[in-house]
Amino acid sequence: MKQQLGLVPTHREGPLVSVKDVYKHFPTGGGFGRGNVVRAVDGVTFDIAAGETLGLVGESGCGKSTLGRVIMQLQPATSGSIKFEDRELTKMRGNELRQVRQRMQIIFQDPYASLNPRMTIGDIVAEPLKNFGLGNKREREKRVQEVMKVCGLNPNFTNRYPHEFSGGQRQRIGIARALVLTPSLIVADEPISALDVSIQAQIVNLLEDLQNEYKLTYLFIAHDLSVVRHVSDRVAVMYLGKIVEVASSRDVYDNPLHPYTKVLLSSIPYTDPELEARRKPILLKGEIPSPINPPSGCRFHTRCPIAQPICSEVEPPLEKKADGHVAACHFPGKL
Amino acid sequence: MDAGETLGIVGESGSGKSMTALSILNLVPEPGRISGGQILFKNRDVVTMTSGDLLEYRGGDVAMIFQDPMTSLNPVLRVGFQIEEAMRAHSRFDKRQAKARVIPLLERVRIPSPKQRARDFPHQFSGGMRQRAMIAMGLANEPSLLIADEPTTALDVTVQAQILELLKELNRELGTAIILISHNVAVISSLCTRVMVMYAGRVVESGPTRQVFDHPEHPYTWSLLRSVPRVDERRHERLISIQGMPPDLSRLPTGCTFHPRCQFKVERCLREEPPLVEVAADQEARCWVLMRNVSKESQAVRT
Repeated sequence: MKQQLGLVPTHREGPLVSVKDVYKHFPTGGGFGRGNVVRAVDGVTFDIAAGETLGLVGESGCGKSTLGRVIMQLQPATSGSIKFEDRELTKMRGNELRQVRQRMQIIFQDPYASLNPRMTIGDIVAEPLKNFGLGNKREREKRVQEVMKVCGLNPNFTNRYPHEFSGGQRQRIGIARALVLTPSLIVADEPISALDVSIQAQIVNLLEDLQNEYKLTYLFIAHDLSVVRHVSDRVAVMYLGKIVEVASSRDVYDNPLHPYTKVLLSSIPYTDPELEARRKPILLKGEIPSPINPPSGCRFHTRCPIAQPICSEVEPPLEKKADGHVAACHFPGKL
Repeated sequence: MDAGETLGIVGESGSGKSMTALSILNLVPEPGRISGGQILFKNRDVVTMTSGDLLEYRGGDVAMIFQDPMTSLNPVLRVGFQIEEAMRAHSRFDKRQAKARVIPLLERVRIPSPKQRARDFPHQFSGGMRQRAMIAMGLANEPSLLIADEPTTALDVTVQAQILELLKELNRELGTAIILISHNVAVISSLCTRVMVMYAGRVVESGPTRQVFDHPEHPYTWSLLRSVPRVDERRHERLISIQGMPPDLSRLPTGCTFHPRCQFKVERCLREEPPLVEVAADQEARCWVLMRNVSKESQAVRT
């Protein structure tokens, strides 16, 4: 059966992605079971609705990139369930998984490292089509030029090599490669943090335009909370392998319930010098604990300004605290 | 720049921020050289200083910290020893004094249990602590100016907040003047009372931070401030993106170097480079147009 080439907007009810109790542990050293285990993702549950942008924020080492890669099945989950378009991904193997991959694509942070320097950009963008045996040569060429145009690249440049392009243009090539199939989900892992400030806005605007046009669903992973607020419908905050809060973008920023979210927000300087002069950052004590041996109870209790005895004993579940607002804290909104 | 002042230099990569800082230390890497002009530090010209004077000046009068503290620290020497070494390289403190100052310096930059930590190697420190150690080393000879080149870019936001608070405190309590180089306008806003905006190797606007950020006159400053999403964003507005990319410094455009990307350019901008002139009290800009002359309607046209 010949598959259609071109972007098909997704229309569906219910979540596009459903992540349930997902764990990703990495064994370190030792061998024969004697080594330690890095608990990079440690029991994570959330949904991504079709057509929305879910922002995933957290500091380096919190497991956000690992979570993105596990959802894409670039790395297998240690346990848990990941449903994509109602199909369980963790049980899929081989060809079945390959077919699903046409519907989910990833954009990487470093547009210098993620493009093969020996391939022309026409070949780079066409490669996913070839991989899946879609279309003949002429159809593929047509499709590549179409996608390049959509991504703001000159379609006559297909014979050029990545080094001839600037960082922003390379990121556009990466986006074109992700779009050339017919994805419904795009995982964008820090897609703009390697780019110059004036170029970042171009890429953010492009991602927004593409989403509107093709009803794409984004998992937008970033450490920059301002960008995440700008692009996301909902935001999930991660700390040490766990999601501590999920809510609409507005609720997370205006009414954060988890103390860690509050600390993160208070840490961001404002551009407006007047607002900035009034900002009172909540400074955290100590360092982020090791994911090999996370603290008991609530993982944030060792650094939390309002921790009580119960916080080190009982792990707070991620539960509903208000409409569309979940948080994992014994004393939500108290900081 | 005055004693005790905090100056921010903002611009994109390749705009000349770091070269400006390295020039102040007369450390421009070969084959580059300072081809003209003067750099006066307390009325002495750094460009013509003898190499002996330069050794005392660098790290003595002016200290510099960099983005990545791991590459600036020696991985095989203990942190405490490296701070001591910074003092031994200069003649302000004798051997005994230098040794005695290490722990208080680490304490000053808020490194917990400084006595034990002084015996640690750099790899045993987290990113934030390494940057603190670099700041301690920078302060060791009580310089009057500290240059910080993207000091928080590699750090997480909560650690960035700690480092910015520390720098503010040092400026307030020790009176150390600070030049902060950053591409992040909010970081500049947080620490600096004055700001200098650079584009393609030139200053395009400068003045008191509040005034420049509230009333930018150069279109580049104006667009830069609107191209970054604000964390206090009330409603979703499309970002202003600056079209094109920064120019190749070996083939600068004619006239105003920003004209190929400027949405407010006039014919004159293509031919003549504007001078840096005073546009308001204490505020200078290099532009033939100036944002005050651009109507609200034209400003609202988004690209």
